[in-house]
Amino acid sequence: MKPATKLLAGLIAVTMLTGATSDNKLTDRERALHVLNRLAFGPRPGDVDAVMKDGVNTWIEQQLHPEGIPDRAVEARIAALPTMTMSNAQIVKTYYEPVLMARKKANADAKDGEVDKKEARREYMRDVPFDKRPQNVMNDLLTERIVRAAESDRQLNEVLVDFWMNHFNVFAGKGIDRFLLTSYERDVIRPHIWGRFEDLLMATAKSPAMLFYLDNARSVAAPENRPMVAQRFGRRAMEMNPQRKKQQGGLNENYAREIMELHTLGVDGGYTQKDVTELARVLTGWTITGERDGGQGAAFIFRPMLHDSGSKTVLGIRFPAGGGIAEGEKMIHVLAHHPATAHHIALQLCQRLVADDPPPALVDRVAAKFLATDGDLRETVRAVISSPEFWDPKSYRAKVKSPFEYAISAVRAVNAQITDATPIARSLQQIGEPLYGAQPPTGYSDKADVWINTGALMNRLNFALALASNKLPGVHGDVVALIPAKEAADASRSVEALAQALTGGNLTEETRATIKSRIVERKAPTEDPWDNTQLPTVAGLILGSPEFQRQ
Amino acid sequence: MIDRRFFLKSSGLALVGGTLLPNVFVKMANAATTKGNKTLVAIFQRGAVDGLNMIVPYGEQAYYAARPTIAVPRPGVEGGAIDLDGFFGLHPSLASLSPYFKDHSLAMIHAVGSPDTTRSHFDAQDFMESGTPGVKSTEDGFLSRAVGLKKQTPVSPLRAVALSPAMPRILAGSAGAVAMTNISQFGIRGNANVSGGFESMYAEAVAGTLGGTAKESFEAARILKSADPQKLQPNNGAVYPNGPLGNSLRQIAQLIKSNVGLEVAFADVSGWDTHAGEGGAQGQLANNLRNFSDAIAAFARDLGSRMGDVVLVTMSEFGRTVHENGNRGTDHGHANVMMLLGGGVKGGKVHGKWPGLGSQQLYENRDLAITTDFRDIFAELLTKQLAVPSLKTVFPGYEPKLRGVLSS
Repeated sequence: MKPATKLLAGLIAVTMLTGATSDNKLTDRERALHVLNRLAFGPRPGDVDAVMKDGVNTWIEQQLHPEGIPDRAVEARIAALPTMTMSNAQIVKTYYEPVLMARKKANADAKDGEVDKKEARREYMRDVPFDKRPQNVMNDLLTERIVRAAESDRQLNEVLVDFWMNHFNVFAGKGIDRFLLTSYERDVIRPHIWGRFEDLLMATAKSPAMLFYLDNARSVAAPENRPMVAQRFGRRAMEMNPQRKKQQGGLNENYAREIMELHTLGVDGGYTQKDVTELARVLTGWTITGERDGGQGAAFIFRPMLHDSGSKTVLGIRFPAGGGIAEGEKMIHVLAHHPATAHHIALQLCQRLVADDPPPALVDRVAAKFLATDGDLRETVRAVISSPEFWDPKSYRAKVKSPFEYAISAVRAVNAQITDATPIARSLQQIGEPLYGAQPPTGYSDKADVWINTGALMNRLNFALALASNKLPGVHGDVVALIPAKEAADASRSVEALAQALTGGNLTEETRATIKSRIVERKAPTEDPWDNTQLPTVAGLILGSPEFQRQ
Repeated sequence: MIDRRFFLKSSGLALVGGTLLPNVFVKMANAATTKGNKTLVAIFQRGAVDGLNMIVPYGEQAYYAARPTIAVPRPGVEGGAIDLDGFFGLHPSLASLSPYFKDHSLAMIHAVGSPDTTRSHFDAQDFMESGTPGVKSTEDGFLSRAVGLKKQTPVSPLRAVALSPAMPRILAGSAGAVAMTNISQFGIRGNANVSGGFESMYAEAVAGTLGGTAKESFEAARILKSADPQKLQPNNGAVYPNGPLGNSLRQIAQLIKSNVGLEVAFADVSGWDTHAGEGGAQGQLANNLRNFSDAIAAFARDLGSRMGDVVLVTMSEFGRTVHENGNRGTDHGHANVMMLLGGGVKGGKVHGKWPGLGSQQLYENRDLAITTDFRDIFAELLTKQLAVPSLKTVFPGYEPKLRGVLSS
């Protein structure tokens, strides 16, 4: 067992005392809680009862068809964010051009050496009206993602958006990607997560955000392999002029490697370094439009003149000389249907939805479903959810929440209203996984790393305390209102009632006793009578408890 | 702007009257004024730094042939490398480390790495941190195993600290390391009842599992509160550059100076995956290296004589292609370079057998070949610097060869 797993096992052992029942089946309440934790970002007050009332299976079926869930309030709120309806080109024009202008003017000012370039740039940026400043783009996007996760009724959809955004990670901190992520999430990821994997993969491969992030936009055929050059001058002519050659760019294998290692086959999926290089050649010319191309810019384009016109062999598939964009499309089709891809996607989905180390038999069955349905992602997800392993008591509360899952589940538990998502975004940074902030193409791990003994844990606890005490500006909850006044009036019973309201009854006896002895009994009866003012602290301790870290 | 090298030298002179600053900690190492409190500081350059542009083999014509636009020029010309030994040179952005090399307190090991063939960032980092290249099932990190083998009385909850939000793989395990990004904010923002409440919840929840309590966190938080290391200002006029590594090293120095029992510190720094627009003497890599170098130089200056008790080591998951790619960058390669700085380092030398850059000499016809296993270097660090009694379980199945990079 991994150390992390050992830690988890310890927690599970304690959980079993009060959590799952001793026979090998989850109760109806546990089943409702389980789906709300795994297929949603945790229950809001009343959610468990509501799911039980309609039946867990009905709820799952609704969640598997999010297009049937109206979600009007959230949609209206998102639509009011100015950048949410803008295209890549509009965003670049509105928010990036002022940056470029400021840079250009500052460079001109600094030419004589008397002006500090950075200071001048800051000065010019101060002249840009607030609503045209670049940070608006990321602020809107963070708000959108956080509000949807916390408030959307299409919860499974948001869970899977989180999964696929992470699977096809793009880092906002790289160059212009912060201006391209809005469209990436809206036009590339969201419309494809319930369809065929191949379509999702193809959409990412042709997305400006990914093309820029993994450098494929810059990957072009070596000059001697370009069609015009080969025709006009012959290959030898190019080789004789290295100066010209080096100015014209060439191959970049970054994306070719990661599409196989991370997006499809998996690191042990059987490809070689030669396959990486050859696939990079196949994908040359897949790039992003600029001003010269007419149109709005910042869109996908295939440039035949920059495509490697030589013959290539990838994963045993031979492409004769003279091919074009069809080569790359063919390889994406092949990768999307490869058994190694099926296994890799199945493993990752099971890690996300079932357990950090899912049973191999489950992964195999999900992979088989993936292959049998032409990579139908709805059916693949359904195969995970309908498996006995998903419902096994061993899976119940067996995963530690990711930072995003943790923060959003806490916000949902106290039924907080988000008027400003910034403090949540900042907390995610402190807990170690800022949204859109994973630099390596790997994204964030879906397995719980050793989470104990870290500042990240401390920051989770501090987040819980701040949230419960309404100290996050713009995130407003009322924990006293979560329990009946009669319960709130009694010190000991209020702990029980809050534990029930916030965790659906998953707090261990030990934890409840700890809270009572630390908070409640010190307040009453020796001091003033119980007066509710300690309830936010009690709620903070509950939200910070080991039990609430788990799902 | 004042020339950085001049500045370093002159202020060093001012500080210790006639001797260059780095001499101080070498001398102090010899004087062995320590309380047995030796510290190993490991820095991971995540993303695979281009070691060939960091420590430049300017004596190889093949280096220049392979890198028409991003090679660092030979010493003596503008933007040229800083000569180390007539064959290798420092990237000019590493100028702030040059005095330490001259003073024999800084050493490099070139053509070093993990023998596994992977060019995956994730796998290569994982193999390096687990200390078991090629074996994915290893549960814990090798630094954790090493710390676990070393006796410390009393055991400090701050004996192993990662300057990182989450626990890095290299320190994951039962040794009870703690991870934090900000030592002044490590703790519960609440009264004693609240923090005590959390402490007992977590102690009970995971009791009895291997290394499985948050006990170290809460004890560490208490020690940090009373020792208050963050009040310590950098000494000797050291100025840490802005950025994550400077922040991490400043805080590691504070922990060392506070005598809280720190034995192993770990920090990582990213931004080295230079597939495009890497630059040569100037540019993307140059800027990152300058920040990297200045952070390390500030750390050494800050610690001054205390650096005699410290060895700092740098590592990265693999090197980058010898040939530049089509975008004036480099792709994933194989062997790389490590640096050692501090007391006891056999410095002033580029260690390791140089395999050459000729086409017949390259690994898989494209990358620098590995001639030193990174575990050999860590074996020596763990044995000599930390007095870890046995390496059998630290590097299972591997017989490290000590390369003589530290004096015993």
